[in-house]
Amino acid sequence: MEEIRFIAAIGAMGGGIHAESLDEAMAQEPHFIAADAGTTDAGPYSLGSGQSAFPREMIKQDLALLLRAGKRAGIPVLIGSAGTAGGDVHVEWTLDIAREVAKENDLAIRTAVIYSEQNKSYLKTLLRENRIRPLEPAPPVDEAVIDRSIRIVGMMGVEPLQHALEGGADFVLAGRCSDSALYAALPILRGFPAGLSWHAGKVSECGTMAAETMGKGVILGRIRRDHFIIRPFGPGLRCTPQSIAAHTLYENADPYLHKESSGTLDLSKSIFEAVDDVSVRVSGSALIPSEAYSVKLEGAELVGYQSIIVGGIRDAFLIKRFDSWLAGVRERIEAGVAKVFGDRLSKSQYHLEFHVYGRDAVMGRLEPDRTSLPKEIGLVLEATAPTQEIATTIALLSRQPLLHHPVPEWKGAITTFACLHNPAHIDRGPVYRFTFHHVALPQNQEEMFRTEFINIGNPVYETSAAL
Amino acid sequence: MKLAQLSSLIRSKNAGPFVLTFDIMFPDEQSYLRVKRSGVLNAALFASLYRCRPETVHFFECDNALAFKFSIPRVIFQGDLGDADLHGGQQFMPLVDIEVP
Repeated sequence: MEEIRFIAAIGAMGGGIHAESLDEAMAQEPHFIAADAGTTDAGPYSLGSGQSAFPREMIKQDLALLLRAGKRAGIPVLIGSAGTAGGDVHVEWTLDIAREVAKENDLAIRTAVIYSEQNKSYLKTLLRENRIRPLEPAPPVDEAVIDRSIRIVGMMGVEPLQHALEGGADFVLAGRCSDSALYAALPILRGFPAGLSWHAGKVSECGTMAAETMGKGVILGRIRRDHFIIRPFGPGLRCTPQSIAAHTLYENADPYLHKESSGTLDLSKSIFEAVDDVSVRVSGSALIPSEAYSVKLEGAELVGYQSIIVGGIRDAFLIKRFDSWLAGVRERIEAGVAKVFGDRLSKSQYHLEFHVYGRDAVMGRLEPDRTSLPKEIGLVLEATAPTQEIATTIALLSRQPLLHHPVPEWKGAITTFACLHNPAHIDRGPVYRFTFHHVALPQNQEEMFRTEFINIGNPVYETSAAL
Repeated sequence: MKLAQLSSLIRSKNAGPFVLTFDIMFPDEQSYLRVKRSGVLNAALFASLYRCRPETVHFFECDNALAFKFSIPRVIFQGDLGDADLHGGQQFMPLVDIEVP
């Protein structure tokens, strides 16, 4: 095998794969197609709530395109970080969609489902054995955090994907997974250099974002023995040495060193050269094997339930003394809460947050210019409490102080806050936070992931065997 | 000249839920090298603009990408109470007006 070819169909499943570009790239006879379906960038809600950040219908459309294309060409399709967060519930949700697609398109698909959600008592054992190590910066983790977390997933590298492919899967549906691993798994299995395979994955996993200007299309990668070539397919798309080099900066803390389960991808000696107007050749990338196999952990816990009030202030006198006015509002709300709840709700059990749009809401304490006075202020109050009922009550108690807290320049009854909605508050339901920025060091490469082989679609016969 | 006038893109973004990263990119080698040689971009300047300790700032000069990168720990972790920029995309303005000699 002189080269291995792949298609990176899209940067995020559910974004709408460009069918024409996919067809065009398929003519290059790729050996596999992959797409990433997950991210932490959407926030902790997906992992905490078990829901996808992308609509079901869009995932279904994209999945149908990929599964049909894969079946037609007789090549495997790999999807990683199913359902945004890659928990078991997210994998099941995606599998359900895949079954529907297979049935509707009359496809028989040998599917490997890889679960990456972690057992809590297993993690506690790792913790006790000092096999959970913090990354920088990390929130503190103890057994209570493990218990409190709603779900904890481990990010798989290439190894579970390779087992699935070796098992003859047409479709690999993976829980939480390194994006680049989706592209590196088969090339490394076929003996191509790990550094080039991982780097090709890293460049491709965001789809056409690696092009000079992002647009509709797909990426075709060719990995060879001493270099790889990235070429976009799509209207007007171009990759340049600078765009490919620059892409590894995106959403990465370090542009040169990228930690993966089995090692560190070192791009400090990578060379980027134009092949033609649209394609780029990359060489010199290396994978430095790590001493211990590590699996990145992600967890989410419930912070509480939230209600918010959105509104605005135009009164120039009020805006001039905004801080003292807001401090007065807060005091009155807190007094109201104390009066209603008494001992049942201490001040530490709920959280009042004001976002002052027009002044410093977006940057908070990092805002360099806090002195110039805005014409108008957009104010968002967030009340977070142990139950939705309490959060709603706090929001209800907040309305009067916001509406009528006095401004010394005005005598008589005034209304200080322009409510956007009626009712003024919006119940947001549960809110979550991330609980881990750590790696686990398992005893072996297999114990954190579980693979099941099933057949989906027609003919419907299902057998299940754990690998 | 202001940094924004020389660069093609100044952006901020999450690098995972716990780190903010900043990229400053250039349209040509000449503009990139002018900024690099001036030495105006460095961890100490960044630390003062973003009110963090200089030792927490990771600074990179990426010659092949014609780009500079800074990474710092997030003040409030992504999505936690008080975070008002879930994707970290609107934190770059303090860099825009840096004067390049």
